[in-house]
Amino acid sequence: MASTIRVRATSSGETTEVQALIQHPMDSGFIKDSKGEIIPPHFIQQLTFEYDGKPVFTADWGGGVSKDPYVKFVFKGGKKGDELKVSWVDNKGATDTTTAKIQ
Amino acid sequence: MRNNDNGFSATRRLILQGAGAAALVGLGSSFGNLPFGFAPANAANDKYPDEAFKAKSDADAIKALYGKTAEASDKVKVDAPEIAENGAVVPVSVTTTLADVTSISFLVAENPVALVASYKIPAGTMANVANRIKMAKTSNVIVVVEAGGKLYSATKEVKVTVGGCGG
Repeated sequence: MASTIRVRATSSGETTEVQALIQHPMDSGFIKDSKGEIIPPHFIQQLTFEYDGKPVFTADWGGGVSKDPYVKFVFKGGKKGDELKVSWVDNKGATDTTTAKIQ
Repeated sequence: MRNNDNGFSATRRLILQGAGAAALVGLGSSFGNLPFGFAPANAANDKYPDEAFKAKSDADAIKALYGKTAEASDKVKVDAPEIAENGAVVPVSVTTTLADVTSISFLVAENPVALVASYKIPAGTMANVANRIKMAKTSNVIVVVEAGGKLYSATKEVKVTVGGCGG
């Protein structure tokens, strides 16, 4: 299966800008389906970005984050060609990981 | 300690908590409706802040997350639309000139669960985050920045035409 995570990490020399887009329903548990039944909660709880073996950004998410979540941040350092590791785990224990090259 | 199994171990911890593992009794008790005066989750802790994501009000969520209250600061700048046509996808970002930022959290006062997202900002990462959040209806969006051990907040009202929480 193709990765659920799309990452673009761009180095400007001193800093690296990271944008990530993840495919996930992010069901909050408050929405009803067409039959009027509650769609059970199903959302990413933690998302981690690691560079050089250290976390550079960690997200704790609730069901209030939009479907197919997007996040952007900037960290100091990061060289072109180096790898950035991204992984998430959701409330059902599902997980995905990908590695992106900094551009 | 961070490693590749972060997510897995977080899940495992949740299960252990439920089982009332002796070493985690303190954490386990936070499932109850106790006051949050003890051991608030701090930015260095990688445990998922369950109780904060169960709190209905923004004040309770901030207390559960940080164990203290935030003061309004004009050094925290929230960028969000005046009017969001689709409450399911509201782009919100924050920047701040505060130094030593360790954590940034996004809350929507009128959502069924106020806390939307909480980000840990290690040293070397900029206090500059953009994301997309759901809003049930017109509400204040509150961004809390933890800097130098203190909490600062900024609030912006976003008018929502069509709610995104199915309310």
